[in-house]
Amino acid sequence: MNERWLNAAVVAGLVAFPLWALWMDEPFLITLATRAVILALAGVGLNIALGLGGLVSLGHAAFFGIGGYAMGILASHAQAYAPIMEWPFLIEGTKSMPVIWIVAMLAAALAALAIGALSLRTSGVYFIMITLAFGQMLYYFAISWPAYGGEDGLSIYVRNGFPGLNTLAPAPFYGLCLTVLLIALAAHWQIARSPFGLALNAARQSPARVETVGIAPFRLRLVAFTVSGAITGLAGALFADLNRFVSPVMFSWQTSGEIMVFVILGGVARLFGPVVGAVVFITLEHWLGGLSDYWHIYLGALLLGVVLFARGGLIGLVAGRGGHE
Amino acid sequence: MSLLLLAEQALNGLQFGVMLFLMAAGLTLVFGVMGLINLAHGSLYMLGAFVAAVVAGATGSFLLALVAALAAAAGAGALVEMLVIRRLYDRDHLDQVLATFALILIFSEGTRWAFGSFPLYLDIPPWLSGPVMLPGGILYPAYRLSLIGVGLAVALALYLLISRTRLGVRIRAGAADREMIAALGVDISRLYTVVFALGAGLAGLAGALVGAIQSVQVGMGEPVLILAFVVIVIGGIGSIKGALIGAILVGLTDTLGRLLLPLAFQTVMDSSAAASAGAAVASMSIYILMAAVLIWRPSGLFGARG
Amino acid sequence: MSDPVLNVVGISKRFGALEASRDVTLDLRAGEIHALIGPNGAGKSTLIQQIAGWLTPDAGQIMLNGDDITGLSAAQRARAGLGRTFQVSALAMQDTVLQNALLGALGAAGRLSLWGSAMARGEIRTRAEAALDRVGLGGAADMRVADLSHGQRRQLEVAIALTLRPRAFVMDEPMAGLGGQGSRELTALLDGLRGEAPILLVEHDMDAVFALADRISVLVYGRIIATGTVDEVRANDEVRRAYLGDAA
Repeated sequence: MNERWLNAAVVAGLVAFPLWALWMDEPFLITLATRAVILALAGVGLNIALGLGGLVSLGHAAFFGIGGYAMGILASHAQAYAPIMEWPFLIEGTKSMPVIWIVAMLAAALAALAIGALSLRTSGVYFIMITLAFGQMLYYFAISWPAYGGEDGLSIYVRNGFPGLNTLAPAPFYGLCLTVLLIALAAHWQIARSPFGLALNAARQSPARVETVGIAPFRLRLVAFTVSGAITGLAGALFADLNRFVSPVMFSWQTSGEIMVFVILGGVARLFGPVVGAVVFITLEHWLGGLSDYWHIYLGALLLGVVLFARGGLIGLVAGRGGHE
Repeated sequence: MSLLLLAEQALNGLQFGVMLFLMAAGLTLVFGVMGLINLAHGSLYMLGAFVAAVVAGATGSFLLALVAALAAAAGAGALVEMLVIRRLYDRDHLDQVLATFALILIFSEGTRWAFGSFPLYLDIPPWLSGPVMLPGGILYPAYRLSLIGVGLAVALALYLLISRTRLGVRIRAGAADREMIAALGVDISRLYTVVFALGAGLAGLAGALVGAIQSVQVGMGEPVLILAFVVIVIGGIGSIKGALIGAILVGLTDTLGRLLLPLAFQTVMDSSAAASAGAAVASMSIYILMAAVLIWRPSGLFGARG
Repeated sequence: MSDPVLNVVGISKRFGALEASRDVTLDLRAGEIHALIGPNGAGKSTLIQQIAGWLTPDAGQIMLNGDDITGLSAAQRARAGLGRTFQVSALAMQDTVLQNALLGALGAAGRLSLWGSAMARGEIRTRAEAALDRVGLGGAADMRVADLSHGQRRQLEVAIALTLRPRAFVMDEPMAGLGGQGSRELTALLDGLRGEAPILLVEHDMDAVFALADRISVLVYGRIIATGTVDEVRANDEVRRAYLGDAA
């Protein structure tokens, strides 16, 4: 099967799914699908660093969590009618999704810029360890900073609003998240075909080559890492909105690992890899989780099987070679 | 703040550091010799703690529990190496990360299935339960003091193993050039299994030793694993000496940071705000240390450059 | 005599007890091919690495068109006009030939926008395609580099350097691993390039060196023992001793 047709089928399935769930009278499934779509978005973010840039970041929970807390902090101040700060200028909370998204993306981008500037000084296994460590740093910071709930996290009473949309109902919120996901996929596609993407892709394969044509790989990677962090941050804000809750768990190393699993399960550097991966992951979680409390064992075994025997991920199994190994 | 408190906390930091060293030494050895990043190292730490708790509960002997923990972790390490890990040596780091992440899932859920979600407890043996009086009038728990002793003894033993024994020669040669030592007739796959089991045994020992001062539960390994990564980044990959110095630096920074930073903040703000700000910054202190080392020496204090 | 395009002045580099470069001075003049030869281990690669910006010399200066480039990174030197090729091909193996050439043209233009397509028709693409045509790879533009022959990869290395429109080429053993036919083709190609920019050529293939070089420098134990025309170097006693031993 051609990868392009597979991608089209995935989009069609995602668009049709809520209609089917409504027809089956299972609105809970829409919430589950929303979760998959948001996690896919987090994976699309990581895929820009990992798939295009070859940057094995095991710390993307940092950006996911920052996005989540951007939502939590803005919305909790808005619902308490307490400004975030009054001096030197007034900053108030907000319940408006577009504003929250912009703040989440900016905050995550800034964090990615700082973490990237430090960790991209190294490469290979150092980079993996350092990104993991910075993620853990924010996890402990979130736990020990009492102003926003510490270990218990933060709840908000009602989901934030989007102009002209009833975000409280499952289907419109799903549609909103799906739209954001498709925009992010378009952004990935555009970056991959752009001159920047060509250079980033080459820097993954041969950094020396890129340098000899006058391009510093560090800067390419830093830009990719920052964009990647921003998208994962946006996913974090949506995820928090879905649950109306943020907690340090969003920063945990397991979250980083899972985001990476979405990307790999689907197929690294495949445009739709994270989407397929997240959908499969959520389906397994729902299905295996219903069969056994210990479903992570099966997930682990499946993942091990994919890594050892199905390089190229699930899309690779269906659509054959492509992307990169 | 009294000098005694500071000295006691410094000892706690040292104790924390040498336990981190036991974790980091195995990781850095496995990376140095086989070029493998192993996220499941924390699972072996957890396994050691669980085995120790169960054996101590059944037999009442703490020493037996330690031996069992070490043996079980080393055995599990050897088994995992032969079944899974050896397929990963030729793969890129991404595959290694994912496969060992999968192993964490399997180990953690398997342990939860076998022992349940409630923590187990491992008691400090009675002969080490009291405090001892150290020079300078410091009253310090005998158990923690012996952890420092065990950790330093292991460091010495590792040093001797690597510098003085035939196995050590092979380990060093394997890190330098694996094709060459295979060509010289060394059974490289057995060497790798032994090195991996050695690292696993050290992790299991650390888990068992620390298990007596913390609760033994699923998920206890990974936070320690990540700290061990910080240690390796600071010390330099593949360097046992770097692992020891990095581990002690991290242990001291973390423990003393938690003590001193809130006090430092008190000089500029009121005490409750200082306590929370100090605690929050202290929770990040070792990562700030890591960032500083990265700016100064991107390949760690004792790492080969490049 | 025209001013040298590339000037290496008194370069020294030491690794522990090994003196890899000892007070090396050489120049590359407009229109010439200057070959750097020497036995294995003479320090040719170390010297090239220092000229291209991958190693920092302990002492000495490197000038390109009169500007001191000693402190610049490899990328900055490329932008300043140094086009190099590698001994072991460094190419984006999974990309196409055209994509590799485009990388050079994009790098030279300094435009790495996130918008548009890297493959878009325009000045950059024209430049990349012209470079491919120049080295005889015009017909292979859509092939993956991984599927190219060894000789074609060498040609692609040269094509990428060409897209930079450099002031000077530095080529590290371009003939290595080529058969007789491939080596003759590449020799013809390089012969025609000297008009565009002079070439500092490190090469083991003596047929190619004698066919191409206007001047030759001989590096032995990190030191240049002779520089001159092919005949001068052939007749040089010190060179004969270094290559043939004391019996010469």
